[in-house]
Amino acid sequence: MKKRALGWLADAALVLYFVFALFPIAWMVILSLKPADQLFSTYFSFSPTLDGYRTVLGDSEGIPFVRFFVNSLVVSVGAVVLSLVVGLPAAYASARWRFKGSENLMFTLLSFRFAPELTVIIPLFVLYQKLGLFDTYVGMVWVLQLVTLPLIVWIMRSYFADLTPELEQAALLDGYTRKQAFFKVALPLVKPGIAAVSLLAFIFAWNNFVFPLILTSNEAQTVTVGALSFLGGDRPKYNLTAAAALVSVVPPLLLALTIQRYLVRGLSFGAVKS
Amino acid sequence: MRLALRPYLLIVPALLLTCGILYPFGLGLYYTLFDFSASKPQPDMVRFENYTTVFTQEAFWNSAWVTVLYAVGAAAVETVLGVAVALLLHRSSLLGRILEKILILPLMIAPVIAAIIWKLMLQPSVGVVNYLLRPFGLGGVQWTDTPTGALLSSIAVDVWVYTPFVAILALAGLRSLPTSPFEAAAVDGAGWWYTFRRLTLPMLWPYVLVAVIFRFMDSLKVFDIIYALTEGGPGDSTVVLQIRAYLEAIRFQRYSFGISYTIVLWAVVYLAAMVLVKHLGKIQRRAAEVT
Repeated sequence: MKKRALGWLADAALVLYFVFALFPIAWMVILSLKPADQLFSTYFSFSPTLDGYRTVLGDSEGIPFVRFFVNSLVVSVGAVVLSLVVGLPAAYASARWRFKGSENLMFTLLSFRFAPELTVIIPLFVLYQKLGLFDTYVGMVWVLQLVTLPLIVWIMRSYFADLTPELEQAALLDGYTRKQAFFKVALPLVKPGIAAVSLLAFIFAWNNFVFPLILTSNEAQTVTVGALSFLGGDRPKYNLTAAAALVSVVPPLLLALTIQRYLVRGLSFGAVKS
Repeated sequence: MRLALRPYLLIVPALLLTCGILYPFGLGLYYTLFDFSASKPQPDMVRFENYTTVFTQEAFWNSAWVTVLYAVGAAAVETVLGVAVALLLHRSSLLGRILEKILILPLMIAPVIAAIIWKLMLQPSVGVVNYLLRPFGLGGVQWTDTPTGALLSSIAVDVWVYTPFVAILALAGLRSLPTSPFEAAAVDGAGWWYTFRRLTLPMLWPYVLVAVIFRFMDSLKVFDIIYALTEGGPGDSTVVLQIRAYLEAIRFQRYSFGISYTIVLWAVVYLAAMVLVKHLGKIQRRAAEVT
């Protein structure tokens, strides 16, 4: 009897945490659907309207939110693709061979994960203005590597390390070249990992704020900075801010739900497997 | 010969890209030896003057203190709450399975967006938090307008975003624990608290420690949440080190001085990482002996 009561209490505590976790998201949905004149009066009863979304997605208020959204897509995909191209061979090499400097390189990459971003951004800000990379896609893709490359190399390294080398050795005995063994044996086996890691890296790049804040101004600005601009002005437009915030979190939320199984390994840089 | 060369060839592209990031870091380090700012584009060499200024400034020590408070506070609350949530999810069968699916949602929202969301909710007069508190006689809390309130509010946003991180790592840990020690404890009639303290926690600790390291290190360099929620205010009550560096370098355009701040922070984070990772290795070995 006592045990059952404790069980209920535990479930109640769990539900309480999830109310705390989900209420802000639900509240943004409510706020985003409110008509401008009911923003501060009737809290939970109002006549829902899509006007907020129409304004945000319709380039009104002088904030080209759709373009920011496209910018986020372009620079995040760009950073992920570039990181995959250079990161996969590096991850494979460091998982298969112990060679001079490999551990140092891996730890340098890991240290990027914990480096204060501004240490690199401020010099880049100065450099970019000289080189004409300020507020450009190339500039943003280049700097977003700081987020995506360590993630991809470290996690893919743990995936490659999980494969036994015998698989490729067998392929070599069958007359495959090293290259074929990599592309036809090793790579297909870690494909689910690659897909999950790419999406996670995309989410991280998409969610980054401090790079676009300092290294873009208008042309290459992304949604994270763009959403903040709705808060400006003398009369805060809460419904527009809420709509912009929600639109900007749709891609990461959808992707996260699809790669849920792989998140633990990804988020812990391969330190925790599940 | 070809074989020995191969790993290097494979790693060269990543190395080049890494240099692309290391170069500005080195450049920044070099800048800090000059008094480089927007008002002084032809700077003089000042050697370590920027650093001596940083360390003798009261503003730096204030920022360092705020940063430590924030990082320790956020990491501590997230660890306790995250492990608790993981334990509850692990225990509860049906409810846990349903809720687990949505556990990660706050974690996948950009921290700056999370801060915006909370900013809207914490508005003193029109925010929904005070509206909900009104029946309890707490309708007018100035959440982000008092020094303590601003710091606690920003920690609360951090907790909202990152508790799921600790929870999913701890949950993965719980699921990977061997079952036999728990069965033996149950046979011996061990209570819940005893089992938790003597079995669950020691075996889970390596997983929790990974989470703690990530959370503590990340909180030391917090930027987005504070920038969007309080911008460092009121006064300088929430000016963490990265915010101070941003204000100096970008707002006031004292580039080298701002970079000096970030270099100091970088050094601290780097040292902390080394100590913690070493400790992690020790704990993982000890946990391996227990199981």
